[in-house]
Amino acid sequence: MNETTAPSVVNQNTSLILEIPDPVLRFKNTSIWYGANEAVKSVSMGIKNHAITAIIGPSGCGKSTLLRSINRMNDLIPDCHVTGNIYYHDNDIYDKNLDPVLLRRHIGMVFQKPNPFAKSIYQNIAWGAKINGYKGNLDQLVEESLRQAALWDEVKDKLHKSAFALSGGQQQRLCIARAIALKPDILLLDEPTSALDPISTAKIESLLEELKKFFTIIIVTHNMQQAGRISDYTAFMLTGDLVEYNETKKIFFNPTDERTESYISGRFG
Amino acid sequence: MKQTNAVDPKLCKRIHPVNRTIETILAATGIITIGVTIAIVFILGEESIIFFKHVSLRQFFTTFEWQPHIEKFGIWPLLNATITTSLFGMLVALPIGFFTAVFLAEYASNTIKRKIKPVLEILAGIPTVVFGYFALNFITPFLQLVFGKAVSVYNTASAGIAIGILLVPLVASLIEEALSAVPRHLREAAYAVGATKLEVTLGIVVPSALSGIIATILLALSRAFGETMIVAIAAGAGPAFTLNPFKSAETMTGHMARIAGGDLPYDSIDYQSLFAIALFLFFITFFLNLLGRSISKRYMEHYE
Repeated sequence: MNETTAPSVVNQNTSLILEIPDPVLRFKNTSIWYGANEAVKSVSMGIKNHAITAIIGPSGCGKSTLLRSINRMNDLIPDCHVTGNIYYHDNDIYDKNLDPVLLRRHIGMVFQKPNPFAKSIYQNIAWGAKINGYKGNLDQLVEESLRQAALWDEVKDKLHKSAFALSGGQQQRLCIARAIALKPDILLLDEPTSALDPISTAKIESLLEELKKFFTIIIVTHNMQQAGRISDYTAFMLTGDLVEYNETKKIFFNPTDERTESYISGRFG
Repeated sequence: MKQTNAVDPKLCKRIHPVNRTIETILAATGIITIGVTIAIVFILGEESIIFFKHVSLRQFFTTFEWQPHIEKFGIWPLLNATITTSLFGMLVALPIGFFTAVFLAEYASNTIKRKIKPVLEILAGIPTVVFGYFALNFITPFLQLVFGKAVSVYNTASAGIAIGILLVPLVASLIEEALSAVPRHLREAAYAVGATKLEVTLGIVVPSALSGIIATILLALSRAFGETMIVAIAAGAGPAFTLNPFKSAETMTGHMARIAGGDLPYDSIDYQSLFAIALFLFFITFFLNLLGRSISKRYMEHYE
């Protein structure tokens, strides 16, 4: 990071943070700690329903950590704890009476590296539904989810083959199908295309445009162009601070904060 | 530029006497291992051929009496006892070892892990002769307490249970390794679709580690087949064909240990029979190892 382009404004300026009316998800002074290290520093923002919100920022800015706090994936990391609140509708996600297992059925996630289960393509989707007590027609659910993930035509003849036989891009779309099969409210994507080639990336981006009709999407991306292409709202994070949050056009064409402008114009990161 | 075959001294190949010596030593140790294995098979085969000139393969494999002094050489009493003790061993070792492994790999905190692992290591370090007397002086009386007088002083069940205890550390540590090798991102994927810890463990982690688990089972089985000291002490002396695990019976290894310890004349048929048993045992464990390899290859999943 280029120090000279980053002014010494440390405190979060609330005028830089867009107010979202009636948000589906709301951070309120959310700080996330790895031991004594504060990886995310008192973030407050709302997430718009049925829109794509991108979180951008250089490596180590805390964007993935923030994303993984939403479905309590950070619970799996020893020493990681959250202060402040995150509200999903009116529920505090970190309330001690809230069951993270049930939360994750409403908030799905797709990871950086495609991570299908060591099972068939069919079972990759059916397993999640089965453990969640799905009583409907599994075949239909599998087909519907694969169609929604724009993968059906490529795999309909090999549903019972191992998921590992698919290409990286297909595996990632399978992971998306697996997540949306549960009909979640919110879909979290943690740099979903960083391990993929440009063609697979384009496929996933156009897929996400389709999916926002059905889901609220939050995507962490290292790729600014990607955020610019697909997102409606963009949050820019730097060393754990939420620097600026606004409509994507505003962030990209008319950023308020100097640091946002430097990052967008590629001067650091 | 002048054309020449001479390489610039800065780039010229150097002679590494130390490297060469170490490479030679490494290669030699590898060759020794292979050589010893071949020599063993050769000696077993040589004596067995003489044995099978006197005793037909048919008699060896299809008759149910092993009495060398009256020239009865049916392997079944010995094989049956071996199978019985191994079966009991697996019945004890697999569930205990598997659940220990699951607990250590998935549930135990680091503090608890640090306490349990040394205990397993101590268990693994106990000489098998101790397990033999443990079977005779503890397991057998316990079985007699539970099942009454039907249980003989020497019996295959007791020896088998002791083999099982002996194998617990092996099974537990190998399965734990297999489970721990399942990449973290697969667990995360399972948690992300709303799986509980138990569903993640049994539905994703264990199936993903299946190749390692199967290989472990077969390794434990071949170890149980070959275990000698425990059965020599606790299973009984004297071949007997019985399906009752509370009766005394001699396993292949137990028989070999007992007979070889006696004053058996060389070149007698009794003496050669030991090699025939050993060769047969060798084929069984060899086959189990091959099977283990092929199964673990078939179920092997490749993670990126």
